[in-house]
Amino acid sequence: MTRQMTGAKMVVQALKDQGVDTVFGYPGGAVLPIYDEIFQQNDIKHVLVRHEQGAIHAAEGYARSTGKPGVALVTSGPGATNAVTGLTDALLDSIPIVVLTGQVPTFMIGSDAFQEADTVGITRPCTKHNWLVKETDYLPKVIHEAFHVATSGRPGPVLVDIPKDVQFATGTYTEKTKTKSHYQPQLKGDIDAITELAKAMEKAKRPIFYTGGGVINSGDAASQLLRELVDATGFPITSTLMGLGAYPASGEKWLGMLGMHGLYEANMAMHDCDLMINIGARFDDRITGLISEFSPKSKKAHIDIDASSINKVIHVDIPILGDVAHVLEDLLKVWKSRGRVTDKENLAKWWAKINEWKAVECLNYRNSDTVIKPQYALQRLEALTKGHDRYITTEVGQHQMWAAQYLGFEDPNRWMTSGGLGTMGYGFPASIGVQLAHPDALVINVAGEASWLMNMQELGTAVQYRLPVKQFILNNERLGMVRQWQQLLHGERYSQSWSEALPDFTKLAEAFGAKGILCKDPKDLDDAIMEMLDYDGPVLFDCLVEKHENCFPMIPSGKPHNEMLLGDASTEGAIQAGGAVLV
Amino acid sequence: MSALRIKKGSTSHSAYNLRPNFSGEVERHALAVLVENEPGVLARVIGLFSGRGYNIESLTVAEVDHAGHLSRITIVTTGTPQVIAQIHAQLGRIVPVHDVQDLTAEGPAVERELALLKVAGTGDARIEALRLAEIFRANVVDSTLESFVFEITGPSDKIDAFAELMRPLGLVETARTGVAALSRGTE
Repeated sequence: MTRQMTGAKMVVQALKDQGVDTVFGYPGGAVLPIYDEIFQQNDIKHVLVRHEQGAIHAAEGYARSTGKPGVALVTSGPGATNAVTGLTDALLDSIPIVVLTGQVPTFMIGSDAFQEADTVGITRPCTKHNWLVKETDYLPKVIHEAFHVATSGRPGPVLVDIPKDVQFATGTYTEKTKTKSHYQPQLKGDIDAITELAKAMEKAKRPIFYTGGGVINSGDAASQLLRELVDATGFPITSTLMGLGAYPASGEKWLGMLGMHGLYEANMAMHDCDLMINIGARFDDRITGLISEFSPKSKKAHIDIDASSINKVIHVDIPILGDVAHVLEDLLKVWKSRGRVTDKENLAKWWAKINEWKAVECLNYRNSDTVIKPQYALQRLEALTKGHDRYITTEVGQHQMWAAQYLGFEDPNRWMTSGGLGTMGYGFPASIGVQLAHPDALVINVAGEASWLMNMQELGTAVQYRLPVKQFILNNERLGMVRQWQQLLHGERYSQSWSEALPDFTKLAEAFGAKGILCKDPKDLDDAIMEMLDYDGPVLFDCLVEKHENCFPMIPSGKPHNEMLLGDASTEGAIQAGGAVLV
Repeated sequence: MSALRIKKGSTSHSAYNLRPNFSGEVERHALAVLVENEPGVLARVIGLFSGRGYNIESLTVAEVDHAGHLSRITIVTTGTPQVIAQIHAQLGRIVPVHDVQDLTAEGPAVERELALLKVAGTGDARIEALRLAEIFRANVVDSTLESFVFEITGPSDKIDAFAELMRPLGLVETARTGVAALSRGTE
């Protein structure tokens, strides 16, 4: 059966066939035919954002919290260029999103037409793949292929650029099932390498699992298998920022997050281990610290679906190319069939050592009766929202690290944060995407006031769609992380790192029709948080916190894992001037 | 004196101290990349090299399978073994790339390049240029009373050598195709 329809109708039909229920977007001249089709149907919900960057982050939030691809629709020119930050964010964090952009008509491409930009050229380095569709007949195939590419292998953002005449013209629709792709990344790992890893696990005296976002991207099965593997072996486990929730924070083998602001026990264990099993992480520079002294005594295994992640920065002894769930399934089978062996005696000693590091209680901080400490605010948020069906997004900075340290994640897909790109302004639109995917859940964006202001226009979106997203702003009237680095490395010269002329957030919320709550006294905090939770609608929670709190523990710049700074450590001279080269 | 006087490229005391400590000699490799012949595919390959700071010594591209819609890009690049492996892996994950072969690593390969050289001169220099061209099995493809255009094929170093000899004899202009390469043997 062949079906004739316009390109614009094909777009909507292809999205339906792909199971899309929500599209985040913003109309404009070059996408009007598609918006006309959207108007004439009810299967796909279109969410009107207030800025295209918001559409992409919302799609990312939707994708990260569901495991399904997020979809955004924007116009040509500025619509497309405003999407660039979100695309890059999704690329670095491997988030599957499909972005459709309008383009000027094919016969005007290259003529510097109104709202023309070389969208595929601009977005080539910040997408996994992109297409400019010049024939209506190709359009459905390309959209189906786009979904396939976004979600297969290492997921990522893709973009389809659709000229306006292609949207108007009529062509033949191609069903999803009739589209075949040569792009088929390898899922199964090499069984010899997996057996080598199983043997290494049997002999390991000081093993550690170091897991990342790849576990979450691989799907629920991967998290289940990971839990089974950790519980069966009794090995300790730490995770990157992106991987939080794959293994439950309440699990007894959990060491907490590792890396620059990771926990002392996690980083010390990484440094001293003799077998490091990297599952779906990529030895990012926030993780490794000084490379030449990174875990010098360990044998390293690395499970990754992307061949270019393996041996990129750290040499690994056992590389395993494949999907995390597939590899873990085989690994468990092999390890079990070989007799479920671990070196229990040495493992007990290893845990004794780890427990000594845990006893340092690296997250301790000096609390106050008079001013709200940001750590305290997050501890109370954690305590009062535990047991809720809860999703957390964050912006970028100190608050993000504190949220990773003080909030516990029991399940995957519950934690949405901009890890690789570090995009301030990510969290608020992301929380909107999450709330749309999970209408009855409690969605909280832990924010700093400066980050939050970067996409504050989305308050209009939250109010319009009655999304009860809670904006939990730790307001220190500073760019806290910048200020911290300036204190530690730039001689306390606080160049441009304070937030002057801040709005009255309560009034701002009210101006948009949302609820504002101001809290500045630790004694009022619990009641204020309860008031936020009890309100059925978007809330802007302005939590005035200690202005000069630093985020610890911290691996200072240019130092290895075993030279962390703890909270009460003297910070003076901890980072030499050379550390200022870059963050 | 500024406390922040840091040598360019300094790796100590920076959280961006990511300089991998892989060692190894810089090697020259020829990579054959089979790609879907779609718009922008060459830009993706070149963008990868410029974006990630890899070297391109030469690059040739042409359609090799019209029905199959495939082009072959031959890239000659230099780097340590780790960098070469990264380039191989990075090329492999570009969606329209079907296959990447490291011809240098995967056994013996034939490499050929074609060049056109315009040499202008009269008298002894002109005669000498023609004599050398014969030795190098270069063909004359254009001639005037005061110039030749030579066509020469061979490995890149042969062309280098020929061009070097032509320089004092009145070399005016050179056009080179870059390397095309195939593995030796049946596969």
